[in-house]
Amino acid sequence: MSRLEIRLEDAGVRRGERWIFRHLGLALSAGRCLAVLGPNGRGKTTLIRALAGLLPLAEGRRQAPAAIGYVSQSIGDTVPYRCLDVVVMGRARRIGLFGAPGRADYRAAEEALAQVDGLRFAERPFSRLSGGERQIVMLARALVTGADLLILDEPASALDLANQALLLKVIERLRRDGRHAILFSTHLPQHALCVADEALLMMGVEEHLQGPADAVMTEANLARLYGIPIHRTRVAGRVEAVVPVFLPAEHGPGPHRP
Amino acid sequence: MTASSAPDAVSGTAAASLPGRPWLLAAMAVGLLAMMLVALCAGRLSIPPVTALRIVAAQLLPGGLDADWSSLQERIVLLVRLPRVLMAAACGAGLALCGAALQGVFRNPLVSPHILGVSSGASLGGAVAILLGLSGAALVGLSFVAGCAALLLVGLLARIDGRSGVVTVVLTGVVVSALFSALVSMAQFVADPDSSLPAIVFWLMGSFAASGWRQTLLAVPVILAGLLAIWAMRFRINLLSLGEDDARMLGVRVERDRWLIFAAVALVEATVVAFSGVIGWVGLVVPHFARLLVGSDHRILIPASALMGAAYLLLIDTIARTATTAEIPLGVLTAIVGAPIFALLLRRRQKQEMGE
Repeated sequence: MSRLEIRLEDAGVRRGERWIFRHLGLALSAGRCLAVLGPNGRGKTTLIRALAGLLPLAEGRRQAPAAIGYVSQSIGDTVPYRCLDVVVMGRARRIGLFGAPGRADYRAAEEALAQVDGLRFAERPFSRLSGGERQIVMLARALVTGADLLILDEPASALDLANQALLLKVIERLRRDGRHAILFSTHLPQHALCVADEALLMMGVEEHLQGPADAVMTEANLARLYGIPIHRTRVAGRVEAVVPVFLPAEHGPGPHRP
Repeated sequence: MTASSAPDAVSGTAAASLPGRPWLLAAMAVGLLAMMLVALCAGRLSIPPVTALRIVAAQLLPGGLDADWSSLQERIVLLVRLPRVLMAAACGAGLALCGAALQGVFRNPLVSPHILGVSSGASLGGAVAILLGLSGAALVGLSFVAGCAALLLVGLLARIDGRSGVVTVVLTGVVVSALFSALVSMAQFVADPDSSLPAIVFWLMGSFAASGWRQTLLAVPVILAGLLAIWAMRFRINLLSLGEDDARMLGVRVERDRWLIFAAVALVEATVVAFSGVIGWVGLVVPHFARLLVGSDHRILIPASALMGAAYLLLIDTIARTATTAEIPLGVLTAIVGAPIFALLLRRRQKQEMGE
């Protein structure tokens, strides 16, 4: 059994009187990847922030390393720096209070950008990038921290299809090196099937389905999770696809229901 | 680890290069030196630049130069203008650099060094000192202590459950400032209208007129120490400017680092106010100008702001003492010059953002 990276035991987070989630437990060790799925407002981001240590638990225990490579969902428009300078900030733990990044730090930042195919952004101001491009740069910054645990909050939410493929490739490569544990939330079940060993389905405040991704993400469970019919099917004989069945006509007048 | 993705593209293109335009810093340093020379020469008795340079040089290499200047010229340059020039440059550098640092930490370009309540505190200290008939070292000391006490008060009030968010700090700073300003008004109200009231009013408006070597040698090292501390934390300010969550996840001890910077700012600000009164606008306007020229990265913005702030306040001080026969208070001039410039900058920025 490889090294344990992060563990939650009987964890709960509360906003005022309302519990966002309760009695949630999970454990992830190096070389493994866990995907968190749930509909909007079910508390995915809250869970991610609690895992990252940014939100205190109202109950339960959290055990995690100090250094975590983290990609948040809200990435400010207000970051006026060059992308390479944004990425190099991932080295902050190695740079003292009065220090500034040196040649080695910049080399590491460029390598990380190269890993996510983002070298073309290096010289551009971060605030001028599109949402998807920012996510790629932020992923590079998470990599350059050198942390063994990566926590990514919907890293694919703004990515086009080619970049989704790239993201999955990067996650898979990190998973295979055996050193990293990767935890990400997503609205795309297919991503979970593709790279995650385990899946966590946030069904309700106190109900969480957890297990091997393939076993837990049954058509029935996914349909219950999102409230619409969902099919799993094989494409080209080997690729597993998850197809949500959208039936706009049944639900209202137009295709743009909120 | 990177084997599969274009390792040849990695070979240090812009690695370790400072972002922005570092050569601008050199240009600014030259500009500052030129401004210092102008300030040494200008005045009721104007002195040719070469003579002023030779007088200063003669002090640095004794016996190397023949004295072809009058002793009056020498005394004006060495005893009157030089200490004042150094003081004005240090204060300008201090105010502008503190402004740039706080704008980064607060992630708000409208923040000035006065936001922490330090200058109101120092004002109150000075006003009370004048009211008590104190002057010189006692006035400076009381003002300095009150300025630092103001920051301490802000720190205590803004701390809730051992933490303090930036918004809380700003609001607490505003509250403490308002309280101390009211107390300054109170001091003016009870002051003797013939003697201490005008003294308080003029002291508050800011001036370097009292800056001789004694004051300069006391103030400049303290200001420089504060500046050096903030400059050393320039990359930390970049990290803090990302926002609390991001900075924390990157391993920054946000709370501690923030207060370290605040403490250094308080040191500089309290010293400036104690020796020269309240000089507004420098800390707000100059960082904006610097940002236009060198960009937002604090590794270059911090030194650029310091150099530009020094030259700017020197220019203002030179105008203040040469424009009319009486000295115009500095705080008045910086506001008259600073407000329109700031309005222009804001419009320009707005236009740029709408154009994108």
